[in-house]
Amino acid sequence: MSPRIAQIRLVSSHPEVYEPCDDSFALVDALLADRNNLLEHNPRLCVEVGCGSGYVITSLALMLGPHIPGAYYIATDLNPHAVRVTSETLEAHGVHAELIQTNIASGLEKRLERMVDVMVVNPPYVPTPEDEVGCEGITSAWAGGENGRRVIDRILPIADCLLSDRGWLYMVTLAANDPSQICRQMKKKGYAYRIVIQRSTEEENLHIIKFWRDPDCELDVKTPVTNKTFPERVVESLVSQFPQLSSWRTGGSNS
Amino acid sequence: MRLLTHNMLSSNIKGVSNGFPLRIEVEKVIEKEVDCNPDFLINMFAKIEWKALVDAARTMGYAELPEEAESSMLDSDEFLRKFHHALLELHLEEGALVCPETGRKFPVNKGIPNMLLHEDEV
Repeated sequence: MSPRIAQIRLVSSHPEVYEPCDDSFALVDALLADRNNLLEHNPRLCVEVGCGSGYVITSLALMLGPHIPGAYYIATDLNPHAVRVTSETLEAHGVHAELIQTNIASGLEKRLERMVDVMVVNPPYVPTPEDEVGCEGITSAWAGGENGRRVIDRILPIADCLLSDRGWLYMVTLAANDPSQICRQMKKKGYAYRIVIQRSTEEENLHIIKFWRDPDCELDVKTPVTNKTFPERVVESLVSQFPQLSSWRTGGSNS
Repeated sequence: MRLLTHNMLSSNIKGVSNGFPLRIEVEKVIEKEVDCNPDFLINMFAKIEWKALVDAARTMGYAELPEEAESSMLDSDEFLRKFHHALLELHLEEGALVCPETGRKFPVNKGIPNMLLHEDEV
């Protein structure tokens, strides 16, 4: 039996709330693709930042719920209509998440520090004029400022603060956001990463990237990271998951 | 909003140094039964600020939690049942969370706390 995810006909809506779209589907597909790992990971606390219609957090709760009955879900959005719509979407599917209307995770940072095992984020990643960032209503769902990075760059340090030692972050990025630069930045903070899904639609080239704390990465902080293409870095990240291949990695990085 | 969530929230106003725990003002509490998961409770126990939970539960009309708790109590089914009920089954549906330092109220409507700040509070 294929795992359950949210059904579009049961997803609630509001004119000021972003409807599930290609980016939302790609994120849920990434979670589905990684589902066996997630089940083994057995997360206790899952957080979605920017829950919009609730499609993603509902899908996560549905796909993990029956197997991880104790997991606790928290979803945030700064749009008051979005948290309401998410609440309706969750209820229509018979699952629960705690909802908080807030900016990213404001109010949770102190007490949730190093407690979150899974974090999912579909940030406002569209390059826009700076003054559209954080506007009221639906604009906040996509307006990402210069290179679409304004909100992403605010979320990443917060994710680093909230993720537990075994925490995983799944994030949607657009090619225009310079995902390779995001990965380099996260590597400096001690994260390994992997592209779970890359998808080109008519309008967008999307990457769903998974980050996790990797003790080896922290030791590598001073390794020069310049002059590498994105695919090379992905291979490196994959290799870091399999220490037995590390001699190959050494060979590769000298080439 | 469940009391586990309350136990994880602090006042986020700029300049507030002691924003935890938020005081609860109750307009409406609802109870929803959920399956008890002892592993989750045992794991969460270490992260919970016990006094904040006891006070919050009492404000919500549930006074069965002991004033103090230690991990050895997790062996007791009765303790787990009360801990479970307070942490996960009581919901603040309508009311407010109040910053302990400034008295600023964060409204809770339909079970959703609004922690958004005004411009001069960020």
